[in-house]
Amino acid sequence: MNLPVIIKFVIDLLAVLLLALGIKGLSKVKSARDANRLAAFAMSLSVIGLLSYYLGTSGIAIQSWIWIIIGSIIGSLFGAILAKKVPMTSMPETVALFNGCGGMSSLLVALGVAIFPISNSVENLDFFKSLINQVSISVSIFVGAITFTGSIVAMAKLQGWLSTPSWTQSKVRHVVNIVFAVASLIAFFDLMKGNTSSIWLLVIVSSLLGIGVTLPIGGADMPVVISLLNSYSGIAAAAAGFVVDSQLLIVAGAMVGAAGLILTQVMCNGMNRSLVSVLFGGSLSAQSATSSGSGEYTNITSCSVEECALTLEAANKVIIVPGYGLAVAQAQHTLREVTKKLEQNGIEVVYAIHPVAGRMPGHMNVLLAEADVPYEQLKEMDVVNPDFPATDVVLVLGANDVVNPQAKNDSSSPLYGMPVLDVQEARTVFVIKRGMSAGYSGIKNDLFDLPNTSMVFGDAKKVLNDLIGELKDLGVGDK
Amino acid sequence: MSFISLLWVLLLGSLLGLELIGKVPPTLHTPLMSGANAISGITMLAALTLIVKAGENLPLLIIGSVSLGFALFNVVGGFFVTDRMLAMFSRKPSNKK
Repeated sequence: MNLPVIIKFVIDLLAVLLLALGIKGLSKVKSARDANRLAAFAMSLSVIGLLSYYLGTSGIAIQSWIWIIIGSIIGSLFGAILAKKVPMTSMPETVALFNGCGGMSSLLVALGVAIFPISNSVENLDFFKSLINQVSISVSIFVGAITFTGSIVAMAKLQGWLSTPSWTQSKVRHVVNIVFAVASLIAFFDLMKGNTSSIWLLVIVSSLLGIGVTLPIGGADMPVVISLLNSYSGIAAAAAGFVVDSQLLIVAGAMVGAAGLILTQVMCNGMNRSLVSVLFGGSLSAQSATSSGSGEYTNITSCSVEECALTLEAANKVIIVPGYGLAVAQAQHTLREVTKKLEQNGIEVVYAIHPVAGRMPGHMNVLLAEADVPYEQLKEMDVVNPDFPATDVVLVLGANDVVNPQAKNDSSSPLYGMPVLDVQEARTVFVIKRGMSAGYSGIKNDLFDLPNTSMVFGDAKKVLNDLIGELKDLGVGDK
Repeated sequence: MSFISLLWVLLLGSLLGLELIGKVPPTLHTPLMSGANAISGITMLAALTLIVKAGENLPLLIIGSVSLGFALFNVVGGFFVTDRMLAMFSRKPSNKK
């Protein structure tokens, strides 16, 4: 072993260690931010390690430097700009987009190696090694393409650019996807036989498969899909590691792949959905349309903002249940103003966070943190559920399925068994909502029919602004 | 590096990943996903290797460069956006505007 090899080995080892510590640290609130920086540092370290290795051995040609600099500057610049500009409400889409690009990168590396075999590695390839090489290239392309197109579809659906076509809810989609899967298998074996041109077939059908698998999935399941695709991009990176013979790539890719799977499983548990039903069951709304879950509302009480303010003024304990509607209306800061007023009046305010409120676990925490809500006021579902009977007022802001009592009472409901917030136990429930439309699952919410529930119709931000005005008139929190 | 030892690396890496994310509070799921996502951009090393080994092959240099761009978009954007999210958690409620 010569010096550059030893140096690279030490740096790689250090980078793996730091990356592992980074992922570990990201799972604790206190250390998370430092851990993220540590991981970023480990990534830069790994680049330095790789470049110094080549400088010390084969050297890096000037044209290589030029293309490295061009690629780095453009990629980093766009990434940094997007990361700074994007609003907090569209985090899930942003993660999906970044993720798709990671998959694209692995795909391109494998494609490059496949079309133009790197000179010095091809000469001394025996049969076994070239087989492994081809398998890892195929896997990298297959997984990379699915990650890319799947993530882009997921992003487009979350942004509302793409809806769910009706044919994707029928059995036809299984046939279509099986055709794509079989076609990729054929392309794979053709590639093994040495027919290099079938690599394009592999690229095309695996891209189509990524679209075909993601398109039928309903919006509520999207976070699970993004998390799964995140896991795939790790697998694609590990496969690319086999292509270019890099242990660091394999370890880091495998870590992300495994961690992504765990996270996906955690999210599925939160929604009481199995991964299989998310992937192959189609969107919930299509199922519920035919099931007994739908129905007419019979006993809706609607009330004005003024009444809501009066009730709030008289309360001792208020629980806020935020949901996706709050994120869409960008009302987190307005909400914070309302709760500040209530707190100044001596009213106890707590936020009940359902594990899958919003479009992503942790989505609400991020939004509320942005609005300076103290971390201690955010309570998780299991902690807050026993508190509802002793609560005077619950404000449901743009949440729907996570407060549906059907999940507890109605065994025929598609939601049955999903853990929910027991808001109906509180004395009064105000649901602030734009209209009577169903939640993402498309299921009727029995909560709205209960006698202690009042609906306040309107955009969350507008209602909260009006609420601030009403509270001011009542002299709440004016000090 | 023999294929078998690379498989060992793959296996141990996967086990490490499974262990690392045992218990995460739901609060941190989004930042964790985003941070892990940034790490999956490690495939930039493969892109770099491709460019360095490409020599005079212009199409390969371009493919490598585009691949590097995509990977760095993932890495830089991913870490920045994670930091933005986490910065909000660490902000003290006392620093009000």
